Amino acid sequence: MAGFFSQIWTVIVMNILSLPRRAWMSLAAVFAVAVVVAVLLAFLAMAKGFERTLAGTGSDNVAIVTRVGSQSELNSVLGRDTVNTMMTAPGIALDDNGDPIQSSELFVIVDGVKRSSQTQANIPMRGLFLDGFDLRENLTIIEGRPFESGRNEIVVGKGVQNQFEGFDVGAEIRFGKTSWEVVGVFSTGGSAFESELWADAPTVQSQFQRGSSFQTMRLKLANPGDVTPIKAFIDNDPTLNLDVQTEADYFASQGQALNGIAIFGWAISIVMGLGALAGALNTMYTSVAARAQETATLRAIGFSNTSAFAGTLAESMVLSIIGGIIGALAAWLFFDGFSASTLGATFTQVVFTFELTPELFANGILLALVIGFIGGFFPAWRSARVPVVTAFQGVE
Amino acid sequence: MSDDILFDLKGVSKKFTKGKDTITVFDGLDMSIARGDFLAIMGPSGSGKTTLLNMLGGVDQPTGGEIWFDGSRIDSLSENQLAAWRANNIGFIFQFYNLMPMLNAERNVELPLLLTKLSRSQRKKNIAAALELVSLSDRARHMPAEMSGGQQQRVAIARALVSDPKLMLCDEPTGDLDRETADEILTMLQLLNREYDKTIVMVTHDPEAAKYAKRTLHLDKGVFVEKDLAA
Repeated sequence: MAGFFSQIWTVIVMNILSLPRRAWMSLAAVFAVAVVVAVLLAFLAMAKGFERTLAGTGSDNVAIVTRVGSQSELNSVLGRDTVNTMMTAPGIALDDNGDPIQSSELFVIVDGVKRSSQTQANIPMRGLFLDGFDLRENLTIIEGRPFESGRNEIVVGKGVQNQFEGFDVGAEIRFGKTSWEVVGVFSTGGSAFESELWADAPTVQSQFQRGSSFQTMRLKLANPGDVTPIKAFIDNDPTLNLDVQTEADYFASQGQALNGIAIFGWAISIVMGLGALAGALNTMYTSVAARAQETATLRAIGFSNTSAFAGTLAESMVLSIIGGIIGALAAWLFFDGFSASTLGATFTQVVFTFELTPELFANGILLALVIGFIGGFFPAWRSARVPVVTAFQGVE
Repeated sequence: MSDDILFDLKGVSKKFTKGKDTITVFDGLDMSIARGDFLAIMGPSGSGKTTLLNMLGGVDQPTGGEIWFDGSRIDSLSENQLAAWRANNIGFIFQFYNLMPMLNAERNVELPLLLTKLSRSQRKKNIAAALELVSLSDRARHMPAEMSGGQQQRVAIARALVSDPKLMLCDEPTGDLDRETADEILTMLQLLNREYDKTIVMVTHDPEAAKYAKRTLHLDKGVFVEKDLAA
């Protein structure tokens, strides 16, 4: 048995040592796998970053109320009467004065110029009351101060400031005919709120001709995660055509629409992977042909056909693993931590960071191994069947 | 079978099918090779000498008849059994040396020993002895590309004999060498036969090479004629 393994090991080592003789072809195979893995990981890192951003946005302690059938905050409308009625709903946490802890908010879309492309893109601008700050977890004002009621002042999310031009504290911004002063920058620990501009709700209502209407209410739950009493309250009042869900559920459902990124990433990687597989097969068949006499000589000496099979398969796997590691490192170098923004479900920009986790890294290596295994298996099979008489047929 | 007989071929036939045609190379070939023999097989192209060498080496199987080696029948062994049999009994010497270009001389010589249970230190001793026998101790770490054709063939001879096989099969061992180097190699084979009692079967086109053998078989269309060159 020791002889069995030593001959397999010898053939593997010989095949690896012979790679420089097929350097360009081997490099082409490595490159093809590297590109496939890099592309896959770029997509997965994007999806992961998106998922992480949206997953980190919602809270189980907060319920979000929207009009029935609204797919997002943008489509919802809540009248002043509705808002007042909802403040009397059970299941809402109360402050020291016995008032419900809530935030009535509206949501408009403004334009900004992206630093990366110098093109205009939508930014969500949220009108809210200062009480609404307390309903965001991990909120910190990292520069400047919060806006003051009744003034055209905005605080900008950290993501907006990074991705868009002109949002430095003290800057004057024009949205249509209105002018706003940037008075602060906030962070919410990387959640989607950082992609927003915040301003005083009545001022936004006034400046954007929204009357007294809002679009959503955020209610602090008396029992975290439990929206049942509020739901029952809505169901019992025929004038309330509202949906209520926890903020975590709301953002999770918003994020589902973006799962397509990961699926698209896998799809395009599999298609590209087939190309890389063809390259790997070609490289390995060429390798088997180039080594036919060596293989036959070893067989003549007494090496088993299993060793020829294992050696070829190992060569293919090694090339693919090298390609996979290079691709993964390239993805990590170029994409990990890369901050980007894209259209969210509300047709506004969501700023997120590409995130290359060890799990994604493993996915890339796994894909490389699959390409290496399939790309090596059939040539290895042929290698094992090289007639021993080839050893007597002279050099190529 | 006599104890002196190493190889015994009984009524061996070998046929190839090419399209609808059947080509008969051997039809009822009988042949014996004694231990300690140094046999040269000559003949024109297509006479069957390479096919015969392949069958003796367990590389090719006969269509009919029996091949006995050292009292055991080998023509019915499986491919992997034949590989193991070759590892234990046969040393091959090829016309173009067939060294592994990525391995140095001692690693090439070590290859057959990797199929044995010898320890690393024992393998090293055997390699050193084999290289010394072919006067290449000082070239142990050289790569094949750094050696002349004659030196490469001597490495190949060291590789063929390092596991102490009962039979050495040589396929045109001097076909790629100049006369002087060829004579060196043939003298070495003669030495191995005379001093170390190695049984050698050599296929060659070269009558000068055949003179180093104890006897020569001339093959023509699958039939051979024995001539005693020593006479």
